[in-house]
Amino acid sequence: MKFTVSWLRDYLDFDDTLEALLEKLTLIGLEVEEVENVAEMLAAFKIVEVLSAEQHPDADRLRVLSVNNGGEEPLQVVCGAPNARAGMKGVLGLPGDYVPGLDITLSVGKIRGVESRGMMCSGGELQLLDDGDGILDLPDDAPLGTPYAVYAGLDDPVIEIGVTPNRPDVLSVYGIARDLAASGFGKLKNKPIPPVRGKGTCPVKVDIQEPDLCPAIALRLVKGVKNGPSPDWMQKRLTAIGLRPINTLVDITNYMTFDRGRPLHVFDAAKVSGTLVVRAAKAGEELSALNDKSYTLDETMGVIADEKGVESLAGIMGGAQSGATDETIDVLIESALWDPYQIAQTGRKLGLNSDARYRFERGVDPNFTLSGLDEATHLVMELCGGEPSEVYLAGEIPNVDKIVELPIKEVKRLSGIDIEAREIKAILELLGFWVSGSTSLFKVAIPSYRLDIFGKADLIEEVVRIYGINDLPSTPLPSMTKLGNSKLSLQQMRNRKAKRTLAARGMMEAVTWSFISKQEAILFGGGANELQIANPISSDLSDMRPSLLPGLLKAAQRNADRGFGDTALFEVGQIFENDTPEGQHDCASGIRREMASHHIATRHWANEPQKVTLYDAKEDALSVLASLGVNITNLQIVEGAPDYFHPGRSGTLQQGPKNIIGYFGAFHPRLLKEMDIEGTVVGFELNLAALPMPRKKGTKSKGAMILSGLQPLHRDFAFIVDKNVQAEKILKAAQGVNKNLITDVMLFDIFEGATLGEDKKSLAIDVTLQPNDKTMTDEEIEAVSNKIILAVEKATGGSLRH
Amino acid sequence: MSEDLAILEQNLLSEIQNASDENTLEDIRIRAIGKKGILSEKMKTLGKMTPEERKEMGPILNGLKGRITEALSTRKHILEEEALNVRLLREKVDVTLPPRFDPINEGRIHPVSQVIDEITAIFGDMGFGVADGPDLETDYYNFTALNFPEGHPAREMHDTFFLKEKEDGERLVLRTHTSPVQIRTMEKEEPPIRVIIPGRTYRCDSDQTHTPMFHQVEGLVIGEDIHMGHLKWTLEEFCKAFFEILSVKLRFRPSFFPFTEPSMEVDVGCTFAQGEVKIGEGDDWMEILGSGMVHPNVLKNGGIDPDKYSGFAFGVGIDRLAMLKYGAPDLRAFFDADYRWMKHYGFRPLDIPSMVGGLSS
Repeated sequence: MKFTVSWLRDYLDFDDTLEALLEKLTLIGLEVEEVENVAEMLAAFKIVEVLSAEQHPDADRLRVLSVNNGGEEPLQVVCGAPNARAGMKGVLGLPGDYVPGLDITLSVGKIRGVESRGMMCSGGELQLLDDGDGILDLPDDAPLGTPYAVYAGLDDPVIEIGVTPNRPDVLSVYGIARDLAASGFGKLKNKPIPPVRGKGTCPVKVDIQEPDLCPAIALRLVKGVKNGPSPDWMQKRLTAIGLRPINTLVDITNYMTFDRGRPLHVFDAAKVSGTLVVRAAKAGEELSALNDKSYTLDETMGVIADEKGVESLAGIMGGAQSGATDETIDVLIESALWDPYQIAQTGRKLGLNSDARYRFERGVDPNFTLSGLDEATHLVMELCGGEPSEVYLAGEIPNVDKIVELPIKEVKRLSGIDIEAREIKAILELLGFWVSGSTSLFKVAIPSYRLDIFGKADLIEEVVRIYGINDLPSTPLPSMTKLGNSKLSLQQMRNRKAKRTLAARGMMEAVTWSFISKQEAILFGGGANELQIANPISSDLSDMRPSLLPGLLKAAQRNADRGFGDTALFEVGQIFENDTPEGQHDCASGIRREMASHHIATRHWANEPQKVTLYDAKEDALSVLASLGVNITNLQIVEGAPDYFHPGRSGTLQQGPKNIIGYFGAFHPRLLKEMDIEGTVVGFELNLAALPMPRKKGTKSKGAMILSGLQPLHRDFAFIVDKNVQAEKILKAAQGVNKNLITDVMLFDIFEGATLGEDKKSLAIDVTLQPNDKTMTDEEIEAVSNKIILAVEKATGGSLRH
Repeated sequence: MSEDLAILEQNLLSEIQNASDENTLEDIRIRAIGKKGILSEKMKTLGKMTPEERKEMGPILNGLKGRITEALSTRKHILEEEALNVRLLREKVDVTLPPRFDPINEGRIHPVSQVIDEITAIFGDMGFGVADGPDLETDYYNFTALNFPEGHPAREMHDTFFLKEKEDGERLVLRTHTSPVQIRTMEKEEPPIRVIIPGRTYRCDSDQTHTPMFHQVEGLVIGEDIHMGHLKWTLEEFCKAFFEILSVKLRFRPSFFPFTEPSMEVDVGCTFAQGEVKIGEGDDWMEILGSGMVHPNVLKNGGIDPDKYSGFAFGVGIDRLAMLKYGAPDLRAFFDADYRWMKHYGFRPLDIPSMVGGLSS
């Protein structure tokens, strides 16, 4: 909502400064968004006199002016305007001045070899109304040296406030003045609107076929008007707030919209045939509107039509056909009430915003329907002459009278402020409420323009808003800390730990979009209809992600494109299996690209350079699980993973086939190709929601520990087995021989070579034996060793390598 | 005899002194005091001597042996030192060679995660728990239950993402704020309620300061006699703790949110200088959050009696807080995963915010 300070003064007497006004507006909830003062912006442009105008020696269209700007010496200015002539008064910009209409800053220049020390300006160049060809041509009595904007009466700051949707009552200059006055800023000037004495009935009638859309519509004919440009003062105000003056009749409707918050429409009576009908549009009906655009309507939209067809889009915009023009002689003024919901729906459907729609969808004061029509009639008669008819009213002005009870103590209960009943009453009355009742309970009658007030909380807001909330005393919350109780859920703690574990492994935490492209969603097992966004911001962000991996893969490629190819990225966040709350759960996923393994960032003097392998991803996954307290040794690792992974280089982490915890592996080459991902990339994903709940124990005790005084022994074994035998078989078989004695089995070497045979490999393990009560004899060690060999040979079909 | 011994001693001592390595010295030791060494042989002669001779020669020979032994030991020590010094010199390497990649100092936590942890630490200290809810919401939880009437222009303030309409006509939304979790929390818990709700939120908007996805944290306090003064205190405490400053100026402006009444926007005092914002000082104001007393309709929708209980709620952009506190100018960069950006704006994994240890180090 824009208005100018002088306009506000029509309704509000105040002596305070502009700064004080702006601050007050913001503090009562009418947040100042912008203040623009043309006079300030144009302060440098002053009135000058052209002393002489000579032909430019080298350019037919240019003249060399000698300009008196009040300085000691006249200035030489080159000018191309056809109306530049000796003796004229104009407006000069000097070197260093910013010309808003051209978006340039002037400097001393040479134009075709002749020095120019300034620029004579046109209206357009100063972003003012352009009044024809050439530079501004002022009357002889224009005072030399005065800033033009001051001379032209443009020294009137334009204020734009943000109005929240609940406050249609301040979508008018009058409403703003009323709110300011209630807060103690200035004094409201009430301007009663005398009723118009019409002659004869209004010849055009209205038939309301859609009473839900239109509870009431009032119409008046003014005969014999003379339309044309509106007066200067009105044009200035409309221009200042960004509206384009059209003609007096149309300008009056726009003026009333902002002055009183009362949108109106004017029809050229000569172009209306028969009775006006408020009805639903017929599907496919067209309207060419006053904004020079054409709209195709459907049956959900309300229109005003006559015998010929649609004349106006109800409450939003009039049609061009029957609009008032300079030739209009008889004008029909319409003041109507429209259903906010239907206006909003129609406006949204058509993508049509107008000042009328803005107000009707928020709600206009029903009780001002007829007064607004009267005021507009006065303006028409004053500015265009003519003779008014009586008002024709179709429908009925709805009764919105409402009484709300306000227990006084509620003000303190919600606000914490002690405001005396007297003061509460005074504030409400200044806002236009009628207050009666005792000192413990007020009965408050709500004015018809406060459609946002329903209950006591709304009234308390009004009181507090005007009273001022900044003096409110800070009150500490009562203490509620319960020591020892975790404030975070298990899932929240898991997310936190997973993030910090992965970061500690040298990875960067990314936060990528929750939505990805359809193609990516399908590649990762998603893309279901129920997870598609109906109005995505782009086709790259159209489907809720089924996995964190696509976002990470693309991020890695973006980094590679910028020259950072060795990337380790992770994300901990939500993925979507379906559209239910349970279908959303948190995952931890990570990828490593090229040389970005845990141990080797890139080439280094102390390490052989090595590209990432699936084992790097496996290590990441297991590291997260271990830090979350999952017993890694009990975890099953099964060959294979979903088909975005390499089938031979991926694994599934599970606790039984029904409880899959995650996957790791190298990505499928086909996937990388389809996603345009280059290089070697491995990754993992863990479903943090699938992790087992920790066992509930009655005690936090870890139990007593017995430290053996005996040294552990190590024995190495190497086995030759078929190539497809999984290492884990050997490790488990060895471990299983004696779980008390064998505390660790470590695989320390893998060897493949021609000496072993094509399809064989050798795996070497280091077995740790920890005797508990006595030193082991050679025979005992021998016996365990033999058992280990037998167990491994039995489990794998291999043999000890001698 | 004693003259011979004197010469022997002199020769041995000089040999010991001149021994250039431990092997030579060992040879001398064996030759002098080994089992068959010169001195050992001489000692053996003591047995054949008369008591008088023995009484004279015993101390002389023993004294000689003692001095040689000591000289050997002294020399041995010196030679060991010398050998060690030579070895140390030989073992010298280039200490300026760069160390290997240090994962724990290379990895980074995203500012959004870090700021959520900071906020959680602050509110946890004030007795707040952390609640969460789904990103895909029903129209009821996202709007209707929060007192956004259908068709109300307030709904248009939220540029809402919709999922495709289902067969039964239902259309889910991507939650436009974390406020639906207010209702979900009220449905589950009895007052007194004190939670924060950090999470992802979505609006179809995109420019330098708007991204289609962003993060919000919601605060909700419900109890008996909770009023705006409590809200003010809570926000003041939060701002001081979060921005790590001793005092803070807040300005409350009346505003409108359908789910609170009265509603207020909150500005924090700041200065703008050289493109940087300093929170807590100066005469400028910056809007940081929206807040208000929970609307009676919302309490009712959550199953709470508005005449018995009252409460406040507030919402603030997490990304925006991170931008302000840590001077990150471009919101879009938060979701781009640029390595350089993450290295610069990210946090070390062990910098875990806590109230006892300080939020940021």
